[in-house]
Amino acid sequence: MGLLDFLRSRPKNTATLATERLRIIVAQERATNGRPDYLPLLRRELLEVIRKYVNVDPDAIDIHIQREGTSDVLELSVALPEKLRAAAAAKAAAPAGEN
Amino acid sequence: MTETIVVTSGKGGVGKTTTSASLAVGLAQRGKKVAVIDFDVGLRNLDLIMGCERRVVYDFVNVIHDECTLKQALIKDKRIETLYVLAASQTRDKDALSKEGVERVLDELVKSNFDYVICDSPAGIEKGAALAMYFADRAIVVVNPEVSSVRDSDRILGLLASKTRRAELGKGGVEQHLLLTRYNPGRVANGDMMGINDVKEILGIEVIGVIPESPGVLTASNAGVPVILDTESDAGQAYADAVARLCGEQRPLRFIQAQKKGLLARLFGS
Repeated sequence: MGLLDFLRSRPKNTATLATERLRIIVAQERATNGRPDYLPLLRRELLEVIRKYVNVDPDAIDIHIQREGTSDVLELSVALPEKLRAAAAAKAAAPAGEN
Repeated sequence: MTETIVVTSGKGGVGKTTTSASLAVGLAQRGKKVAVIDFDVGLRNLDLIMGCERRVVYDFVNVIHDECTLKQALIKDKRIETLYVLAASQTRDKDALSKEGVERVLDELVKSNFDYVICDSPAGIEKGAALAMYFADRAIVVVNPEVSSVRDSDRILGLLASKTRRAELGKGGVEQHLLLTRYNPGRVANGDMMGINDVKEILGIEVIGVIPESPGVLTASNAGVPVILDTESDAGQAYADAVARLCGEQRPLRFIQAQKKGLLARLFGS
């Protein structure tokens, strides 16, 4: 039996697989743990409101809560579609000179 | 100064009670006055592992409900002078423990000059587990080198960093130590089991001990003798090393190398 085992090709290293899977899931869970439960709902409703005015991608909204000293900061970023962003940049550039 | 240490893990069956019993005995053997408390209300087992199940008259919940004094409920160990066991209640519901009640018992242990209070946490993240960790100064997180145990332990580390009195008072949270149990160096060498450094790196805390998978653990629990008292067994010796490290001594990890098989054993199996 021992000789057969020795000659047989080695199976895949499952310990490495376990480590890789855990690294990913633990990092993901650390990022979401401690966040308020309402974040997914808030994200969805915000998206609905924004889409009334601008046609943004469902994945374009990013919500983070960060602890800064004694207060929590809710950070919201919305990536606007390519065309609108160019227009917004041109608008922003124009009055900048006057200030 | 009394130091409160919680033995916790998230996942069940990884060796919390075995660890609590052995750490308590190991510290008491060094002359420290030690109380070990079972927080697993409804599923008490520490009394069996300590071998004092027939001497339980009053329990933790009786003390909290003022049905007896703490002195009456503390069971004095027959082997070591300075060791006491406080059993969990077997019948009451989970709400039998309250934060105020637990605090009162721990305060009384401080006043009675205990050096260490070991809190044996139940599995899970419910009330019993939350209360076992709340008042802790240090935490021993017991982990098996296995995916579900490691993931659950990470969850517990998050709770230790936020849901404890030390964290709430801004004292920098609870000092966390990793204790790997059921470690099988042969399987690690074969690539079938995660190694010490893999687990350590994922969880990001220091290792206080590695307990090898050992037949001694079962025979010890059969007999109601904490495995640390079995000085012949590798697990017992590994627990003694962990206690020494807990007390600040430097000791190299033992029993972490695979036993080399001879040529004949390799060819014909063992």
